[in-house]
Amino acid sequence: MTTAPAPTAGTPRKEPGPPAGPGPAPARRRPGRLRRIGLPYLLLLPALLLELLVHLVPMVSGVVMSFKQLTQFTLRDWGTAPWTAFDNYRVAVDFDAAVGRELLHSFFVTCGFTVLSVLLCWLLGTAAAIYMQDAFRGRGLLRAVFLVPYALPVYAAVITWVFMFQHDNGLVNHVLHDQLGVTDGRPFWLIGDNSFYALVTVSVWKNWPFAFLIVTAGLQNVPKELYEAAALDGSGMWQQIRHITLPSLRPVNQVLVLVLFLWTFNDFNTPYLLFGKSAPDSADILSIHIYESSFVTWNFGSGAAMSVLLLLFLLLVTGTYLLLTSRGRKARHA
Amino acid sequence: MRTTLAARGAVLLALALAVPACGGGTDTGGGSNDSPKTLTYWASNQGANAEVDKKVLKPELAKFEKQTGIKVKLEVVPWSELLNRILTATTSGQGPDVLNIGNTWSASLQATGALLPWDGKNFESIGGRDRFVDSALESTGAPGQAPAAVPLYSMAYALYYNKQLFKEAGISEPPATWDELVAAGKKVRAEKGVWGLGAEGANPSENIHQVFVLGKQHGADFFTPEGKADFTSKGAVAAVKQYVDLMAKDKVIAPGNAEYAQNQSVSDFAKGRTAMLLWQTASASLKTMGMKDSEWGLAPAPVRSGSPGSGAQVNSMAAGINMAVFKSTRNLDGAKAFVKFMTGDAEQKILNKAYGSIPPVKSAQRDSFFHTPVTSALRETLATSAAALPQVPDESQFETAVGSAVKELLADAAAGRSVTTSSVRAALDKAQQQMPKK
Repeated sequence: MTTAPAPTAGTPRKEPGPPAGPGPAPARRRPGRLRRIGLPYLLLLPALLLELLVHLVPMVSGVVMSFKQLTQFTLRDWGTAPWTAFDNYRVAVDFDAAVGRELLHSFFVTCGFTVLSVLLCWLLGTAAAIYMQDAFRGRGLLRAVFLVPYALPVYAAVITWVFMFQHDNGLVNHVLHDQLGVTDGRPFWLIGDNSFYALVTVSVWKNWPFAFLIVTAGLQNVPKELYEAAALDGSGMWQQIRHITLPSLRPVNQVLVLVLFLWTFNDFNTPYLLFGKSAPDSADILSIHIYESSFVTWNFGSGAAMSVLLLLFLLLVTGTYLLLTSRGRKARHA
Repeated sequence: MRTTLAARGAVLLALALAVPACGGGTDTGGGSNDSPKTLTYWASNQGANAEVDKKVLKPELAKFEKQTGIKVKLEVVPWSELLNRILTATTSGQGPDVLNIGNTWSASLQATGALLPWDGKNFESIGGRDRFVDSALESTGAPGQAPAAVPLYSMAYALYYNKQLFKEAGISEPPATWDELVAAGKKVRAEKGVWGLGAEGANPSENIHQVFVLGKQHGADFFTPEGKADFTSKGAVAAVKQYVDLMAKDKVIAPGNAEYAQNQSVSDFAKGRTAMLLWQTASASLKTMGMKDSEWGLAPAPVRSGSPGSGAQVNSMAAGINMAVFKSTRNLDGAKAFVKFMTGDAEQKILNKAYGSIPPVKSAQRDSFFHTPVTSALRETLATSAAALPQVPDESQFETAVGSAVKELLADAAAGRSVTTSSVRAALDKAQQQMPKK
């Protein structure tokens, strides 16, 4: 959107001569010029309106909703729902009362889940990408296999995990308990405290191929000569990774980690398909929590307020992250 | 020339895109008869899957078209989506003309004001209020207000038991009290090594249906007469504890059932892995899962005294599906005609037979199909010992808050943690605090 004026910048000045169009009269020069300047904007107008429609309108209405008391009584004509100013926010951040306490709990669970999931995704993805860098027999096949979770439809994949995590006849318990005897009894994975680990497992399984893909692409741009020179200087594999691979991947990683963070933090499908409408306490992710607060309990104002808080938090994190990482990069370039 | 054409095209496109944005949100129209030849109908998923529903409903819709010339566009909406779709339709004003709703949603949806109220005049147009069974009418909206919907299918809870397992364990009579149920459960476990009772522990709505009935038996209603949440009363705590104790203390429900939410308990019962099941109109599902009608027996759900009735002897919720008309319909007369058609004697018999439910229409109940031992028991339950879930606008929040609390308590029990009166009260107190303040 910000590039809109660029195409017109140079052109209008070059138009003092006779008009190019069929209209001969000099009197029509001005509207003609206006038309020509205006055309790019006009052509952009559909895109702009669509952008407004698809992104900004729902966002703004979400913000407006968060200031309203929007329940089943006022839902039908939400424009006239009573204005409650910051009431919804006050309830959401009142950590002494149930709603606020639950939200805070959900926030910490989400943070823990996100950090763990992003870290594991990145580690797995990077490790796999580095090992796959050198050609060997079956590399193409392995790469394809690695990308399968990313290519599978979320619903099918997560439902399969639900079956595998089942207490009585799931594959996970069969392997852990019946075959390996690691656990004393059959643990529950979809309810209770273990559900957190079930969620992390599925999330990592689903997202690490993306990290793998991006890092693999990033590695193509690292000049081979660097490794050859390093090898001549006698540096081992770890040193090569530390001093060549990772620094070269820095710009890629900067974006990769941010994208993984935003996806994981906002992920709705995975917990919803794993746990249904009400997630267990230990896996009560914000996205589900907000869904429950608005759609299941019909309090859309409160849910909207929580969403706005979530948006502000993500903006803050993203802003700080970009500021820190780009400053670090500038400092090194200087 | 080319420039103006492009410019005009762009403006036109932009306008076309902008128009739908102005649609929703403000439609408060009271319905009209602008398009008298078509209707859109959202049916709930009553059969084993949506295809079954289409097979059942399509021929009936064709009959209606033949009678009235009105073409009904059918969409079978899955339960997981139905409420969200209705809420979206309510805010946008772009909904179907006629739709099915779960009867427990009646009061909540009534509060939105989006559904046509069935006042005396509207009821007259479909043959009058007296055609319907009283207990079914109780689940059509808040008391004292014109109903938001009319009953379409009725269902009741009953105790399904595996005849073979009972016989082999030496149990001659199906249990009539909770003590007998626990004893029977322990007996089949000892004799046959199978679990006594199935439960859908991770499904909040199913939990609510069970603890609501137990609440009635303990004299608790979960709401005060003024409609305020009252989850921590002595009776409510006792009811929830009794249900969770079936797993925690009595050990008649398998711990694994705590994570069930996809009707695995029905499939366990059909496969002979559990001996008993408390369920509503399970016959059609059991047949689909390969259990013959002769293999299971049906008895009224247990009550403490052993003989179901009203008050503390209630042994089922008045479950069912209601039919509603969106106020914003553009074919009001057609919509009412369609409701009249669907609640007419002929259709009531055909549809309720197909779905294994009981007709909420008195005259349709006279059909001999609804006088077999199984259907009679369900009909009897509905008529004498079923109670409507609280008809309050906050019913949906209640289902989520308390249903999830029971889910967590069952998870505790399954993990071997002790469930005490105080831990139950704490869980219910937390649920109550999540309810909207008034």
